[in-house]
Amino acid sequence: MAFLLLRRLVQTALILLGVAAITFLLLYALPADPARMIAGRSATAQTVANIRRELGLDQPLLVQFWTYLQGLVQGDLGRSYAQKTDVGALIAARLPATLILMAAGIFVEVLLGIALGVLAAVRRGGFIDRLVMMASFVGVSAPQFVAALLLLYVFAVTLAWFPMSGFGTFAHVVLPALTLGILGAGWYARMVRSAMIDVLNQDYVRTARAKGLSSFRIVFRHALPNALLPVVAMIGIDIGQFMSGVVVVEAVYGWPGIGQLAWQAIQQVDIPIIMGVTLVSALAIVIGNLIADLVAPLIDPRIRAR
Amino acid sequence: MFKSWLRTSTVAAALALSPFTVLAQDSPKQGGEIVITYKDDIATLDPAIGYDWVNWSMIKSLFSRLMDYKPGTTELVPSLAESFEVAPDGLTYTFKLRKSVKFTNGREIVASDVKYSIERAVDPKTQGPGAGFFGAIKGFDDLSGGKATTLEGIEAPDDATVVFRLSRPDATFLHVLAVNFASVVPKEAVEAAAGDFGKKPVGSGTFILKDWTVGQSLTFERNPDYFVKDMPHIDKFTVEVGQEPLVALLRLQKGEIDIAGDGIPPAKFLEIKNSAEGAEIIVDGQQLHTGYVTLNTKVKPFDDVKVRQAVNMAINKERITRILNGRATAANQPLPPLMPGYDKAFPGYAYDVEKAKALLADAGHADGFETVLYSTNTDPQPRIAQAIQQDLAAIGIKAEVRALAQANVIAAGGTEGEAPMIWSGGMAWIADFPDPSNFYGPILGCSGAVQGGWNWSWYCNEALDKRAVAADSMSDPAQAAERQAEWGKIFTDIMADAPWVPVTNERRVVAKSPRMGGDGDIYVDPTRVINYDAIFVKQ
Amino acid sequence: MHVLKSMIRQPAALFGLVVVALVVLLALAAPLVAPYSPDEQMFDGLTLEGAPLPPSAQFLLGTDALGRDLLSRLLYGARTSLVIGLVANGIAVTIGLLIGILSGYMRGLVGNALMRFTDLMMAFPALLLAIVLAALLRPSLWIVAMVIALVNWVQVARIVYTETRGLVERDFILAERSLGAGHGRILFYHILPHLIPTAIVWGTLGIATTVLLEATLSFLGIGVQPPTPSWGNIIFESQSYFQAAPWLVFIPGAVILLTALSFNLVGDALRDLLDPTQRGRG
Repeated sequence: MAFLLLRRLVQTALILLGVAAITFLLLYALPADPARMIAGRSATAQTVANIRRELGLDQPLLVQFWTYLQGLVQGDLGRSYAQKTDVGALIAARLPATLILMAAGIFVEVLLGIALGVLAAVRRGGFIDRLVMMASFVGVSAPQFVAALLLLYVFAVTLAWFPMSGFGTFAHVVLPALTLGILGAGWYARMVRSAMIDVLNQDYVRTARAKGLSSFRIVFRHALPNALLPVVAMIGIDIGQFMSGVVVVEAVYGWPGIGQLAWQAIQQVDIPIIMGVTLVSALAIVIGNLIADLVAPLIDPRIRAR
Repeated sequence: MFKSWLRTSTVAAALALSPFTVLAQDSPKQGGEIVITYKDDIATLDPAIGYDWVNWSMIKSLFSRLMDYKPGTTELVPSLAESFEVAPDGLTYTFKLRKSVKFTNGREIVASDVKYSIERAVDPKTQGPGAGFFGAIKGFDDLSGGKATTLEGIEAPDDATVVFRLSRPDATFLHVLAVNFASVVPKEAVEAAAGDFGKKPVGSGTFILKDWTVGQSLTFERNPDYFVKDMPHIDKFTVEVGQEPLVALLRLQKGEIDIAGDGIPPAKFLEIKNSAEGAEIIVDGQQLHTGYVTLNTKVKPFDDVKVRQAVNMAINKERITRILNGRATAANQPLPPLMPGYDKAFPGYAYDVEKAKALLADAGHADGFETVLYSTNTDPQPRIAQAIQQDLAAIGIKAEVRALAQANVIAAGGTEGEAPMIWSGGMAWIADFPDPSNFYGPILGCSGAVQGGWNWSWYCNEALDKRAVAADSMSDPAQAAERQAEWGKIFTDIMADAPWVPVTNERRVVAKSPRMGGDGDIYVDPTRVINYDAIFVKQ
Repeated sequence: MHVLKSMIRQPAALFGLVVVALVVLLALAAPLVAPYSPDEQMFDGLTLEGAPLPPSAQFLLGTDALGRDLLSRLLYGARTSLVIGLVANGIAVTIGLLIGILSGYMRGLVGNALMRFTDLMMAFPALLLAIVLAALLRPSLWIVAMVIALVNWVQVARIVYTETRGLVERDFILAERSLGAGHGRILFYHILPHLIPTAIVWGTLGIATTVLLEATLSFLGIGVQPPTPSWGNIIFESQSYFQAAPWLVFIPGAVILLTALSFNLVGDALRDLLDPTQRGRG
């Protein structure tokens, strides 16, 4: 087990190095000049050249990348071009908000998804099953922006149950987490349903049923644990989505997560921030998947960790 | 014969006594706390670095400069300076500082602070975008080229006197001393911040930054020692960032916030405008803005002036103002109407499809041609680009619209031979200061027609460049009217070559809660957007 | 023919089949059925204040913020969106299925390397790739389809990998193996059928998400560029109008939903017919 973990840690470091290298290369290939973006409209050619030199952008790509890596191994993510401040601090200020939203969003998704999925599997082919399928399609077909605003209208403006915007209390997290949860639960519901049906058809469940075990017991003690396997994998995937892809929901609810930071940095070609956010989210994704792989044998002991 | 222009402290005194002649109807009240929202995070509050429209107005209020503008107008007045004198050759400016003005750290401002601050803005180590504004000061090239560490053209003979020596006359120099990059900062605070001055600003302006929670909010409190009495009016304002404009409006309607800084999204504008409270919420004012299409004079067939003129006649600007819900007016010259030098009588190219077709046929393109029109990708810009695309199709020009992120459009514009046409929406020139010269050099002059420049028409007319230099040498205030007329003529003469299609002059729209008082002009101040010093809460 | 007949007997499947056929037909016949040109910005398509028009006899589904007929744009937009939803999404699911099965089934270096490669791809900033491609290449439908396929297979691979790992340890597979069945036989006859429901879930939900993803990518400049319509960009362009002009958001939204749902009904029915033992799954 220790050896396994060590191996995975080395692999993680390699993946991060790969992501860093590819991202650096892509940013270099991007036909947009960061010095120009900082200098703005009125700057003279001299000013732009000065800024470029001060940022080290006149150095060859490999030198720039090497300098970046040197900082990185010391935990230094560099300084933002536009904000002239430490990237690590900028990300650290926003990371808690992102992690809270991620945890809350995934919690809602999983809870809702499992509940609906189990219900649909048990009532397979019936009205409830069809309703769940329909709902899951509505969830994934809905544009995030519209869904978020609709929820905001109903629960924050009209009913005034929750605050419209901001961060800090439990009430603030409810609507953004619900939005993400409702939109994403469809995936979980369908995965759980399909895995449950597969398990319910298997011999040992049939045996259990023949032995006269109650269907409640069969579903929750025998079938559901096996259906959790894809759910765990899904969570690993979702971590990636939540680290980078919730800009819209963050913006609607004024949530100070790193999605907004990244989006602005991309607009401004603020390379150190883009690199920093990419690496942090890559780390989260790799860790998420690692956990998924490690948890799988716990759910289904036949699977060996590797 | 020495003719010197002396402005005594009476101007400033008059300003201090009745700062708001503009606001005849309701007189400002003191006190009150307000909340303002923006979508984008505040990048920096360092006056030598900040250069976007959101931090621009905050930096204006955190710091003071030798010169400033009367709130809501383009009228230049002394601020940190008490008086100033311009030598007849226009090469020496002498300023007397206002007495016993203090930084908010308690130290009195002296002349060497002014020298330090401007040198800091020019110093390449600062990586500031505004260095070029100070190009007329003697010794600029040495400092910006790294050959010197100070500007020889700025002297501080005593604590209350600053002398600027210029290497060439610059009629805009007083404006230059009013841009944010000329803000006076205390050296000890800059050094103490160790590179983080943009997050820990110390100035001598109307407000003090009390708190900054990164990614969430900033709190500004009034500077009780500000050197103009009863300025500012509000006690405190909180800026909430990361707020979607549509939600900001909902919050405004609920009374949670007082100003929606990003204005009203097109989707919501008509609804609010036609609502009962619309008139009280919407502030709509002119700004120094022109939206234009650049026609790349180095790309075929736009190298032919007839083609460029034909395009000028083909675009239905009235329809575009309708798509913008009437929030803009049609433009016919580069200068916006508010800018000194704007020629009211200039007819421009009228919308005339038949004439445009005829001109195009004349130029040998009777069957039209194919080209590319770049635009940024945020609403409503791609829509306007599509409206232009349809107008071009009517005279046979097939333009492919490429809607990209702003940074990519800017890069394409500054690459020779790359972008045949660019719709400037979202990146259009908004003047740094209210002087016509600011609309020429970088965007229409030869100096901007270089790799990475902002002259996306790649238009370079040597004769006009000479006239521009001559006009800017008329630094004697007595020649102001003559200079202004000459600049006006330069811009209308440019239109004969038609490197641009001036399309619209957009007004800025800000939404404010009914409890906010004051004339619209201080919410859409032509030199700083929201004038935090002048706004007030009605009690 | 037998398949078709059985499907017609199931009302849900029949409904799905009709809708799918209708959407494909309308997309192909767009120039014949569309009342207007999809790109024509009509003078009478906006109010005097510049607002879009609600559905009426003249514009059956209303107009958009440039005064274009929404119905015509939806009909032409189907062409783009079907390519994205079916081709791009189909390729993504196929690649994901393949890599997921292989990495889950094979032990040792190959399986491990495949999964770490998947992790790398998942951690990779796809949005950035899109922006760079947008700036370097001429935008086209096929490039956006390629990018979507490139980005979306990863998630399918992850799920399939986890499920495969569970499957290979099940008794019936172990039994097959002990009986000396070849890898190909085990993979194809015993593992793949159990993964088909997952493929259907991703394949059909993916239709809706990729159609929307295409709009994001178009916005960044790599997809179809204005004025070419797609279902995604019709919604995307107008999403802030969902109050002022709800037809611009909810009608295309309903069309995407209905299409994805119908493909799902057809997919389920097809699978039931082909493999009766798995009836009801997916």
